[in-house]
Amino acid sequence: MPLKTIGKFSLSYLQVLDDKGKLDENLEPKLSNTELNKLYRAMYLARQLDSRMLKLQRQGRLGTIPVCTGQEACVCGATFALRDSDWFVGSYRELGGRLMRGEPLINPMIYYNGYEEGSFNPVNDRTLPINIILGSQLPHAVGAAYGSRLKGEKENASLVFFGDGSTSEGDFHEAINFAAVWKLPVVFFCQNNQWAISTPRANQTHSESIAQKAISYGIDGIQIDGNDVLAVYKATKDALDRGRAGEGPTLIEAVTYRMGVHTTADDPTRYRKNAEVEEWSKKDPIKRFENYLIEKKAWSARKQKTMEDEIKAEIEQTVKDFENMTDFKPDSPFDYLFETETDDIKALRAEFLNEIGKDADNA
Amino acid sequence: MPKMNMIQAINLALHEEMEKDETVLVMGQDVGVNGGVFRATEGLSVKFGKERAIDTPLAESGIIGSAIGMAIAGLKPVAEIQFSGFSYLTLGQLEGNAARMRTRSRGQFTCPLVMRMPYGGGVRALEHHSESKETYWAHTAGLKVVIPSSPRNARALLTAAIRDPDPVIFMEPKHSYRAFKEEVPEKKETMEIGKAEIVREGSDLTLVSWGAMFHLTKKVVDQIQSERKVSIELIDLLTISPMDSATINASVRKTGRCVIVQEAQKTLGPASEIIARINDEVLMYLEAPVKRVSGYDVVMPYFGREKMYLPTMERIRRAIEETLEF
Repeated sequence: MPLKTIGKFSLSYLQVLDDKGKLDENLEPKLSNTELNKLYRAMYLARQLDSRMLKLQRQGRLGTIPVCTGQEACVCGATFALRDSDWFVGSYRELGGRLMRGEPLINPMIYYNGYEEGSFNPVNDRTLPINIILGSQLPHAVGAAYGSRLKGEKENASLVFFGDGSTSEGDFHEAINFAAVWKLPVVFFCQNNQWAISTPRANQTHSESIAQKAISYGIDGIQIDGNDVLAVYKATKDALDRGRAGEGPTLIEAVTYRMGVHTTADDPTRYRKNAEVEEWSKKDPIKRFENYLIEKKAWSARKQKTMEDEIKAEIEQTVKDFENMTDFKPDSPFDYLFETETDDIKALRAEFLNEIGKDADNA
Repeated sequence: MPKMNMIQAINLALHEEMEKDETVLVMGQDVGVNGGVFRATEGLSVKFGKERAIDTPLAESGIIGSAIGMAIAGLKPVAEIQFSGFSYLTLGQLEGNAARMRTRSRGQFTCPLVMRMPYGGGVRALEHHSESKETYWAHTAGLKVVIPSSPRNARALLTAAIRDPDPVIFMEPKHSYRAFKEEVPEKKETMEIGKAEIVREGSDLTLVSWGAMFHLTKKVVDQIQSERKVSIELIDLLTISPMDSATINASVRKTGRCVIVQEAQKTLGPASEIIARINDEVLMYLEAPVKRVSGYDVVMPYFGREKMYLPTMERIRRAIEETLEF
């Protein structure tokens, strides 16, 4: 027969908690109450810090910031499935995940106040810094996983975050193809938040889903409810386990929503309807998780109050510490160009120091 | 015509050229419905439709690669790259194809496209949003590189760039987007690409700059000339490539002294080429070494330290005084 079917494909969608937080017991991941509380706290902290930083930005105390509110289930749930020895490769909308990797609360404030001192993780050396060039971090996750495997760290995997917009970049396709060919333990985690600044998901790709792109590269793909932290955790954990077992990479499309602005330089009222935002606010990932925890008797109003007070105090103390920071070495950009300073750079540093010494502006 | 800022002037040029020539179109991320993140393409999608104000998927190489195909097919695409820091993915297409399509096809195919993008520092932006890397493009034979400095010349030069039969990299100093307004003539106006402008004539020193640095430089000149009797010739380079060394060298021959102010890093920046050409043709007329005020050869610092790494009025002033007193 000259014409025959040579492939049939299917794709799954995973939701463990529905919009109200009602559980599908068959799918519930095995997590202790202590673990669940820890995950809930991470999401709550991310939300609070995001809101506090937005306030600081509106007061002119921070520069442009991307807003992460609404995507806490994605970043925290996925990061929760990771081991410290795994690679965390992010873009710029993973605040909660970065904090879970041990990044001090003050770092994002320093970073968004325009200083490199806040742009790295001093605690975990498998966490790559913020990457603004969209999609360019995906191949890094692939290379890091390859590096770990070649060095005999066979259990180590990579988790890489990106948005729906980045799936149009060549790097997205190249990275998945490499990881598939090399059968590497990489979890490609797409936070499909529906909007790439003003471009809606439907104009970004003609595919019905982003998850189905996995099929064309011969890897596992799944679409999940990105506002359901248990679905996020479960899908990521399963994908990591498969990767560690030598079964290759997975593409996860987490369907979520960018509740706020793209960055504080953006005005979404120009291109999207408020009704859409309101619709999504009913699916809030934190509220949904809280309902589940209360139902499970793993959380209480008393615990909530204690946590809120603690986090508020922690954030306010951080803001104070941040505002007291003044000591930024002017010539530190010269310190991190090369391991060994070249003669050229040595001379230029001297010229720089001489010039700013003379400038009254900078005194 | 009322006074307008640079963004409005760019928007005007796009409106005018799209009206005049139906093969002209704009394309890029967020340029349609949103009117561009800086609003340079505001109103175009309403007036000319979505087919001529194209919101593309998010892929810089795809934007420029398809613009090359459009240009080959007889359109005149004006592609916007949202920030110059995201433009390096287009270098493969521009250096590998746009710049050499005319040569490769012995003139059968050409690429009359424009790549517009905001560049430069001073606006407290995040990483990749503050660099001045005009050299990357100027170092590619077959590309023209234009940098306006004011609303009026932005409108005139963008018009010329769109009409140009070859690929033009149009770098817009974002610090100047809304910094000041200027009278822009009612009548359509173009300027010749590859021509520097002597903005003020003088006899004691030649001062060359471009982009956002031009204004800083002009302010310093105003200051110095209000304090002492000195005559400075002020040149706005406007096109980085092809470089108008005839205008600069004629000026240096007259003044014997020259200072160049560039935002780009020092090593291998446009100033290096200006000095080399002075050296080639008018070295014997120099009465002092040519000085450059520039950025430094470091990864552009985040905005907390940015100001220290950009040329300041005081640095420009010191360079002028040292050159005058040499």
